[in-house]
Amino acid sequence: MAAVSFKDATRVYPGADHPAVDKLNLEIGDGEFMVLVGPSGCGKSTSLRMLAGLEEVNAGSITIGDRDVTDLPPKDRDIAMVFQNYALYPHMTVADNMGFALKMQNVPKEEREKRVLEAAKLLGLEDFLSRKPKALSGGQRQRVAMGRAIVRQPQVFLMDEPLSNLDAKLRVSTRTQIAALQSRLGVTTVYVTHDQIEAMTMGDRVAVMKDGVLQQVDSPLALYDRPDNLFVAGFIGSPAMNLIPGKIVEGGVQVGDYVVPVAREVLAKTSGESDLTLGIRPETFVPAEGNDGIAVEIALVEELGADSYLYGTRAGLSDEEKLNAPQIVARLQSRHPLAPNQTVRLRPTPDSLHVFSNASSKRISD
Amino acid sequence: MPRFLAAQPDARLIPLPWHLPLEQWPNDVLVALPRGISRHVVRFIQVGSEVFAAKEVLEGSAMHEYRMLTDLNRLRAPAVEPSGVVSGRVDAHGSPLDSILLTRHLQFSLPYRSLFSTGVRRETVSRLIDAMVVLLARLHLTGFLWGDVSLSNILFRRDAGEFAAYLVDAETGELHDTLSDGQRLHDLDIAVVNLFGEFSDLKEGRMLDEQLDPLALVKQIETRYHDLWQELTGVEEFAGSELSRIESRVRRLNTLGFDVAELDIQTSPTGETIRIQPKVVDAGHHSRRLLRLTGLDTEENQARRLLNDLDTYRAQNNLSHTEESVAAHQWLMNAFEPVVTAIPPDLAGKREPAQIFHEVLDYRWYQSQRERREVPLTEAVQGYIRDVLSALPDEVISSEMISPLGEQRQLVNPLDPSQGFVDDQDMPVDPWEAEAYAPGTEVLPDHLDIDALRRRAGR
Repeated sequence: MAAVSFKDATRVYPGADHPAVDKLNLEIGDGEFMVLVGPSGCGKSTSLRMLAGLEEVNAGSITIGDRDVTDLPPKDRDIAMVFQNYALYPHMTVADNMGFALKMQNVPKEEREKRVLEAAKLLGLEDFLSRKPKALSGGQRQRVAMGRAIVRQPQVFLMDEPLSNLDAKLRVSTRTQIAALQSRLGVTTVYVTHDQIEAMTMGDRVAVMKDGVLQQVDSPLALYDRPDNLFVAGFIGSPAMNLIPGKIVEGGVQVGDYVVPVAREVLAKTSGESDLTLGIRPETFVPAEGNDGIAVEIALVEELGADSYLYGTRAGLSDEEKLNAPQIVARLQSRHPLAPNQTVRLRPTPDSLHVFSNASSKRISD
Repeated sequence: MPRFLAAQPDARLIPLPWHLPLEQWPNDVLVALPRGISRHVVRFIQVGSEVFAAKEVLEGSAMHEYRMLTDLNRLRAPAVEPSGVVSGRVDAHGSPLDSILLTRHLQFSLPYRSLFSTGVRRETVSRLIDAMVVLLARLHLTGFLWGDVSLSNILFRRDAGEFAAYLVDAETGELHDTLSDGQRLHDLDIAVVNLFGEFSDLKEGRMLDEQLDPLALVKQIETRYHDLWQELTGVEEFAGSELSRIESRVRRLNTLGFDVAELDIQTSPTGETIRIQPKVVDAGHHSRRLLRLTGLDTEENQARRLLNDLDTYRAQNNLSHTEESVAAHQWLMNAFEPVVTAIPPDLAGKREPAQIFHEVLDYRWYQSQRERREVPLTEAVQGYIRDVLSALPDEVISSEMISPLGEQRQLVNPLDPSQGFVDDQDMPVDPWEAEAYAPGTEVLPDHLDIDALRRRAGR
């Protein structure tokens, strides 16, 4: 097992005008489950492939443990791409299906059997070892495929969108299995996905990328509670954080006819800007008394369990302005007698407000 | 209503029972052809005289593979031809079913399960491996990263005395402008691991000739691939006095079946050393030439053989000064066509015409040696039909070797070799299966539950 380190690692495709991965600096701890997430084309897969040796590193370096692997061929890096090989061989036992690659590497029989048995115990497949795989279920096949990677005892597991080809039911159970196994095995894992829910529920830490640039790397909760910039704020969270533009005025930021209070120290961090963006998570909105909140015209109310989801736009906009106005979403904890076309006043709970500079896109609140 | 995506739709496909999961399709529309193992449900559908391979996968995968195969065909890479994607399927209760990717069955193709079985000659195995290596190198030259190289994903066709290999599964494939060395070597690693697994599986199933060793076979693949890649793309440096080495490199590549479209030649300032490197090479040197001269579309080695016979024909008939295309036309009318038309229609399904012509040439050579006279083609073809062709199995759609020769074992499902043979094992109880994961595991939610995350973090 080993730590992984990207140092200014850069990949530029021939003929491209900007790098696919631009000076990536990322330290992945020994035994850590690191998820790379971002929209299509953000560089997450390219980063993983640079680590695997499939993409050339044009500048910078990559180390696994204390070995610089930047220029090593894939098979000398001591990594395993999990779920690369799903095919189960019908005439071989489950044990041979898990351990056949070790035979090719001339691992002695005793050692092979030991590793296969250990992996099988971990995967709940012990009783299946001497059986042929013909009647295995989809989930059991997945486990055998995981076993193939486990018996190789690599320093790092790599997974590139491993759930994308599975049906919905298998996806949920495989996600749970991967996370549970990884924490029991303690093998450093780098996992690529476009799905923020996968990233947030599975990763010890999550690296958010956009346009080849690392935006933020943090624990899932820290990403949620303290997004570093507007992109991370909008990308992480479902439903997404409300990003509401407003003008800087004395004591806060004006949104419609209401001034959202913002601390003086925060406003002081702006450098001559007149506008800011406020970030408010849907669940941190509360109904306000009197005029003490942002006026929102309700378009739709959805009751989900004990919560009400309220969708609307800022009140007092012309029909044309409404078309381009950002949607405002609020999750209210108890039921309220609200109906479409009604106007309601909402304000963020104290300490839940996120403030971003429009000029730099960076967070300026604490 | 299912939706059909196809470039050249075949109306006969529309009335098929798309509302059934592929596994439950009635036998009267299916054919049991030998094929490799697969993790998806795959069946062969017969419509009139045409056979399609149908694979049930998620819509995204089906569309991706359809586009990949279309691109590969456009780039003239050896791959099966995609015929369409059927999506938006629902069963009788209205529940959605996965999409089906349809590819045209490659006529005269021979899946590996029938080729490596008992009694196979060592040279044949070498030829199969060479064909596979050429396929992989050709795909890599076009920038295709396969990602799942395996015998199950390859079909072979006879190609004179050799074999030609075709890609049949592009689900994991990606097309790039060019591949990095890392990508190529990774693909080769996958090939080696998968093929070792498949050879070992054939061995366990007593379907691999005893004298063949899986490890030696995959080592051969690695070596051959590196040699071929070096010849196709490697830099060669020599003294300025050895200019003929440029010509010989091109000839060597032609012999391997490749045309050189671009050769980079660099001379040192003083002209003492020369460095050459092929930049663009295209497979199909001989088959392109034969196609241009005669309109015959054949495999590479068949083309080579036919072109040799064309040369002989020109020499024998004093046509060496006649324009090549005119001579080629005469050869087509007087040598090739008479042999092909002599084949009775009921035997035509045994071999492709070009393959038959090649085999007749072989037959004539042996007969001429035996009888110490020049046997005319028209006579040789009759002997060939009588002694060889009529005894051969049908290969248009080869249904031989569903189970190994002399074996009484039965496949669990003749339509799906992935399930292996019938044995009487009961499956043990799986402690995980009831819940789909190890008992006591905390189930990760399928939505972003931030409160659950906080609870976990607080622990």
